[in-house]
Amino acid sequence: MDFGPFLLLALMEGLVTAAVLALTASGLSLVFGIMRVVNVAHGAFFMLGAVLAWFVAEWLPGPPALAFAAALVFCPLVVGAIAAIADMAVLKRLNYEPEATIVATIGLLYILEQAALSLFGPDARPVEAPFSFRLQLPWFGYSGYKLAVVVAAALVLLGVWLILKHSRAGLLMRATQEDRDTARAFGINVDRVYAGVFAMGAGLAAIAAVLIVPISQAHYLMGGDPLLLSFIVVIIGGLGSLRGTLVAALLIGLSDGVISTFFAPTLAKIIATLVVALVLVFRPQGLFGKRAA
Amino acid sequence: MTKRWISTTPTRRSVLQGIAGAGALVAAGVTPRFVQAQSSAPLKLGFQLHRTGIGASYGRWYERTASAALKVLNEAGGINGRPVEIVFEDDGTDPKRGAEVVEKLTTQAGCDLIFGTLFSHVVMGSAPRAGELRVPYLVCSEGHHVASGALNRWALQPGITDVKSQVQAMAPWVTANLGKKVTMVFPDYAFGHDHRDFFTAAVAAQGGEVIKHIAIPPTETSFTRYLPQIPTETEVLYHVMVGPAVLTFVKELGEFYGSGARPEIFGFIDSLEAVDIASPGLEFLDGTHFWEGHPRYKQQDASEHEAFYRAAVGVDDSGASVSDGKDIATYAHMFSAWETLFVIKAAMEAAGYQGPADRQKVVEAIEAMTGFDEGREHPQGAKTFNGKTHQAFGHQSISRVEGGRLLRVHQTAIEDGLYPDEVDYTTQSF
Amino acid sequence: MRADRGLFLHLGVLAALLALHVLAPPYHHTNLARIMVLAVYAMGYNIAFGYTGLLSLGHALFFAAGLYAAGLLVYHAGAGAPVAMIAGVLAGGAVAVAVGLLALRTAGVAFMIVTLMFAQAGYLTILYFGAWTRGDEGIVIPRAARMLGGLDLSDDNTRYLVALGLFALALLGNLALVRSPFGRVMVAMRENEERSRMLGYNPFTVKLGALAISGLYAGLSGAAYGLMFGYVGASLASVQYSILPLLYVLLGGAGTVLGPLLGALVMFYLIDYASSLTDAHQFVTGAALVALVLFAPRGILGTLRARGLRWLP
Repeated sequence: MDFGPFLLLALMEGLVTAAVLALTASGLSLVFGIMRVVNVAHGAFFMLGAVLAWFVAEWLPGPPALAFAAALVFCPLVVGAIAAIADMAVLKRLNYEPEATIVATIGLLYILEQAALSLFGPDARPVEAPFSFRLQLPWFGYSGYKLAVVVAAALVLLGVWLILKHSRAGLLMRATQEDRDTARAFGINVDRVYAGVFAMGAGLAAIAAVLIVPISQAHYLMGGDPLLLSFIVVIIGGLGSLRGTLVAALLIGLSDGVISTFFAPTLAKIIATLVVALVLVFRPQGLFGKRAA
Repeated sequence: MTKRWISTTPTRRSVLQGIAGAGALVAAGVTPRFVQAQSSAPLKLGFQLHRTGIGASYGRWYERTASAALKVLNEAGGINGRPVEIVFEDDGTDPKRGAEVVEKLTTQAGCDLIFGTLFSHVVMGSAPRAGELRVPYLVCSEGHHVASGALNRWALQPGITDVKSQVQAMAPWVTANLGKKVTMVFPDYAFGHDHRDFFTAAVAAQGGEVIKHIAIPPTETSFTRYLPQIPTETEVLYHVMVGPAVLTFVKELGEFYGSGARPEIFGFIDSLEAVDIASPGLEFLDGTHFWEGHPRYKQQDASEHEAFYRAAVGVDDSGASVSDGKDIATYAHMFSAWETLFVIKAAMEAAGYQGPADRQKVVEAIEAMTGFDEGREHPQGAKTFNGKTHQAFGHQSISRVEGGRLLRVHQTAIEDGLYPDEVDYTTQSF
Repeated sequence: MRADRGLFLHLGVLAALLALHVLAPPYHHTNLARIMVLAVYAMGYNIAFGYTGLLSLGHALFFAAGLYAAGLLVYHAGAGAPVAMIAGVLAGGAVAVAVGLLALRTAGVAFMIVTLMFAQAGYLTILYFGAWTRGDEGIVIPRAARMLGGLDLSDDNTRYLVALGLFALALLGNLALVRSPFGRVMVAMRENEERSRMLGYNPFTVKLGALAISGLYAGLSGAAYGLMFGYVGASLASVQYSILPLLYVLLGGAGTVLGPLLGALVMFYLIDYASSLTDAHQFVTGAALVALVLFAPRGILGTLRARGLRWLP
């Protein structure tokens, strides 16, 4: 294949990666930004979303599109509920102490992975895409569903932004993020805000997973990569900046794809990883973060 | 050095059939069992099992296969008239834990030997400890590690052909029937590198040429962007993948080629182990070829032994679990767990095995073997065994996908896969 | 002069480990040798994280530096185990300094991510040079090459005593370090960087020093692991092996000298026991971690120290 089409394909692939990553990372960004909690189980919530989508597709008769739509609503709700319970039962009692939270969420990760392994099994299982439109370009074919994922992710992110900026819930979240104690003094139920944020973060990961599962299958160990990449994206973007998260997701999604057109694949990964690390070395506050005083 | 030996009584795990609820797990799982060492006591064989981690799909079927073989073995009188039990222990598909599991099975559970390991890195991590403990370690891995001489006298692979032999045996058919210009897609780690090196050499020996190697980083979960690197003059695309992302890889390959022109495709079934060939998105595989260690779909000319084995393990004629048609077996590999158990039986009986003091005799008995006949104990087919390299060599199948089923179109001869010895373990000390 | 309770406690632990050499059943005997080697790694992690406040997610890189420096020298260059061991220690320290020079420009979560990414690049590099490293499959160090002077590291008894020797060295070194003026500056850096700066300490140098010592420990542990257990593979450089020492330290108690050993011990036997109990053993492990942290949010020794044992170093 010529270089031009090759690059185009790499860009399209990068865009899909970036879209799903932005969605997953925005969930982590909320949790990280507002609660200052390093949630190691975020990838497990992602995995749970995909696994539940498979169950929904399995149990719900009718066309794949219907099951998919149901999964898109059902999965984030269930995953969010599990997250809220974990928050109230464990994290709250730890007073969100950063170090204790790491251990607790590692424990949670083990529990969720084991639950998936025991109930869902060790195999990778496919979920059918809601539609199978295939875009035939002169040089290669491309899945229309992948492009739909980009659009859907953009819509969800827009929704998150609207909630944060223009709703009462968003106001409460931002107030809590600014200063937990002052928020409490003003009568905000910080515990409820935290449980809500944790649930929302997990729910966003679940939505991302439902979107990706027709492309990359459900598997009980699929949460590892999204977890690492989300952390990277959140920090590169700048803590608490949704715009930063979005830009960083694009940067990482596209750089990986574009660099891989020039080098051997593994070498490309090494270079892409080092490039992104160096961005942070020379801009420790992230792309859009505020410099610490 | 004097050390006090305290005989610990291990609590053995009982197999949990089905899981009712997370809370019930802890309560239900404990079944202490007390075992005294007597010559009439059961022989205990340790099984290093990939129950969790990336090998879990294989591990589940290896456990089922070994359990089925054990049932057959015990019904036929066990080994030397003694009943046999298998202690399964999870290694998490991790080399560090693998070595610890060898330790646990040997010194804590008191197993007479250990077998069943599949993933090469776990074999490599565990074999040194098996050698130090002087316990026979029989792997079911298809890796070239045993025959390459990297391990030690206690490590053997009598149940499955190694990858070097598999690849060498199939190259002539591939170049003669599919094409001579090959592009290889493989994971960028040792297993993939073995395919790269051995197949490239084998194709060259047939007058063909591998024109491009595409090594995919093992951390990758999406593959589309690597596919344009496949040169257009490619006549045969050779693919092998392992791990959770295999289905994604094959699906994206299908999307990439669509209904347009494509090269012949030859894959290792590893790319689709535990995956239904009839999954949505895999229709394009029709007309492509796969290597199979053991044909997943029951063939027309299948032997009675094959039918017996299938029924005993609980696999239907399409390679799925008889109780769940969506639960696809890792059929091309798992026969090795079955056959290895019967090699153990033959070796222990030949050695007159009484207890751990006779472990060395078991290794020597296996080294003295020259081959295995097809039969109930070896349903995959006859094999020769090289006592010097500790490696078995069997027949390989090349199957073609037709109407969503795999149909064998060629079976290699054992001689096709033989190569000069790279090690003579029998000259090494125990 | 008041009795030095801290020193006695640590000497007591070492004496107990020596006693276990004779008393422990064979299974636990080998486990303890493993745990001691890994505890050295965790102690190194604790020096950076527990005492200096540097939360790194990339320590597997330093561990792997020691592991591979030792392993590749022995395997490809035919070096002896003593040379390999020293090379491993130095490699761990050198890589830590190199990473530190860049990563210490950042702090907090950014430091966490930068170290994570360097380690990830290191892991991929090991795979990329598969011709020498055999990638994920790794290499087996031949038994004949595992001789440390006249000591056969593949012999169970020798291995235990060598592991204990290295552990004792690391433990007493750690104790001396935290009681030294530099150790107090490390803690000051964790507690209040601004104030330490005003007192005339250069935060960058102090942190780099702590990270270098941490790297030496990790390198020692990596080299010892490779030579004692005979296996060098890429999975030991993966992100799980960066999280492992963090978990050990947090469980045992961050900023306590004995915490890493205790954490490694608890975690090892937790997994081991859980897998004897049920097939779904990760469930038990996970639940136990959650329960442990609920009862002892600062780790076992950290919580004990907060509840009265203030003298615990």
